[in-house]
Amino acid sequence: MNKKSSVLAAPFALWILIFTVVPLALVVYFAFWGDNGFTLDFIKSIGEGEYAKSLGTSIWLGAIATVICLLLGYPVAYIISRAKGISQRTMVMLIMLPQWMNFLLRTYALMSLLENNGLINTWLRDIGLDPINIINTRAAVVLGMVYDFLPFMVLPIYSVMTKIDHRVTEAAQDLGANGFVVFRRVILPLSVPGIISGITMVFVPAVSSFIISRLLGGGKEMLIGDVIEMLFIQVEGGRNVGAALSLVLMVLMLICMTLMNHFDDSEDSGGMIA
Amino acid sequence: MKKTLVSLVASLTMLCMILSLTAGCSSGGGVSGCFDDREVLNVYNWGEYISDGEDDSLDVIEAFEEKYNIRVNYTTYASNEEMYQKIKSGAGNYDIIIPSDYMIEKMISEDMLEKLDFDNIPNYKYIGDDYKNLDFDPENEYSVPYLWGTVGVFYNTKMVDEEDIKDQSWDILWNEKYSGQILMFDNPRDAFGIALKKLGYSQNTTDKAEWQEAYELLAEQKPLVQAYVMDQIFDKMANEEAAIAPYYAGDARIMVAENPDIGFYLPKEGSNKFFDSMCIVKGSEHKEAAEKFIDFMCEADVALANSEYVCYSTPHTEAYKLLDKEIRDNDNYYPSSRTLERCEVFCNLPPKINELQNDLWIKLKTK
Repeated sequence: MNKKSSVLAAPFALWILIFTVVPLALVVYFAFWGDNGFTLDFIKSIGEGEYAKSLGTSIWLGAIATVICLLLGYPVAYIISRAKGISQRTMVMLIMLPQWMNFLLRTYALMSLLENNGLINTWLRDIGLDPINIINTRAAVVLGMVYDFLPFMVLPIYSVMTKIDHRVTEAAQDLGANGFVVFRRVILPLSVPGIISGITMVFVPAVSSFIISRLLGGGKEMLIGDVIEMLFIQVEGGRNVGAALSLVLMVLMLICMTLMNHFDDSEDSGGMIA
Repeated sequence: MKKTLVSLVASLTMLCMILSLTAGCSSGGGVSGCFDDREVLNVYNWGEYISDGEDDSLDVIEAFEEKYNIRVNYTTYASNEEMYQKIKSGAGNYDIIIPSDYMIEKMISEDMLEKLDFDNIPNYKYIGDDYKNLDFDPENEYSVPYLWGTVGVFYNTKMVDEEDIKDQSWDILWNEKYSGQILMFDNPRDAFGIALKKLGYSQNTTDKAEWQEAYELLAEQKPLVQAYVMDQIFDKMANEEAAIAPYYAGDARIMVAENPDIGFYLPKEGSNKFFDSMCIVKGSEHKEAAEKFIDFMCEADVALANSEYVCYSTPHTEAYKLLDKEIRDNDNYYPSSRTLERCEVFCNLPPKINELQNDLWIKLKTK
């Protein structure tokens, strides 16, 4: 039995080795080994210069996007999980549908929607309203993040919520809890694993996103993903600092996630996807 | 020179590096078909930088493959630096590359290019004398010019007052009247180049104080800038999302075709003049095929097709004669020698200055 399952797992193990372990090892290698052997200079250089600032902005915008996703996504996930059969499947489908389109295309589409002469502002002008000035601002960047990553918040929360036993909520009601108390004392705690994995799945890609700020933010603010891209592609010998920056980013994410998981004290973490 | 395609490359570069480490790229390069035993030539060029058969143009690659029975493995890059990093890291196998001036100088100094055997490139004789022995390759041993051009200012005549373009200056990019309607280059070399020219300095200055001054000027401009962009400039100018933008002169034809209200001038302070030349990567295993390719690119009808498709200026004397008269006589594409005197070709910056430039650029973009 054991032998069989390890054989079945081999392709995946190989996959992880080639596409996760080796790249990670390379990142660590480039972050610490320069032309003259081992050095901490690359890590140290992150403290100087403008990298820290860019990192701070990225975390800040990523956090805002994550909170908005949670506020938007949680009720939706709840409603879907309470819906019946076909309408539930339809709603899940509608959430997933945009994901079938390439993320870059969606971001481009959002750009032409939001532009000053874009679709939205043209309509606003047509009906006599003032156009909104959102393209090339931080707000547009956050909007882009929310737009691109919202399904990653909804789906894990939804999948946890469908597993909540109806009899548990009924029992709470029998014991005299009103709707709000049922939500606060029963549903919310039971959905925490979904929230945690939702936050993980939105926050991490949002912070490290790199094309969104260029397309929607007008390239006026380099997020950490843009800086890393520039270091790898534009700057000669920049890959060492780029790798160091990636490593710091990963460690920061890991710390965030560990702290997050601390809140998740429920035994059953079946909803964890990440 | 730089028709950049949006590149998702950071991760891909990594992936390619790993793939080449683990899988070991075959020496032939690329994935040659099982039954295709033709020689393979790996050509690495700028995106959208060759006549490809679209709109009844000549499909240059296909024509070359047929003529010489050589299979071309054609890939593209979005910047000189991206191409350089790829070659330097040894990821992938390339024979022909088409870098710009300063990058050729750099690659020659780092022994990354093969000397060309001009006996195999007889069509080199058609290249105009003005385009031979240029500073980046003074003995003309390593490169054959492909296309060239200048950088200037695009503006929308409906959105910009005539008096503001009268003095044909870079100053318009700093004009507060057009706050929020100005686009700027999203790459440090071109952006700093403009600032340095506006200050009256050389674009190749090695004086750190002058770079610092250029940075201050760009920082001053930032609040007026709508967005820092590369090829999004086409859409944004065509849709009148923005009124003013600096870009490569050759793109004027495409831009005007999309929006006839767009005008162009070469600023009086002078500008950047660039050359993109064909080179062979050091250690190429298909050097003869590569020289055949360069020679083919210098055939008059091929050079003409490329210049017409890309819209950049050709150094090829015969192709030039075959161009439409209105293009030949257009001062924007083929400026007078007096105008060109004010233009500078980028040199390879010393590492310290390059580092300073990148640091200042990140500083500008995180301000």
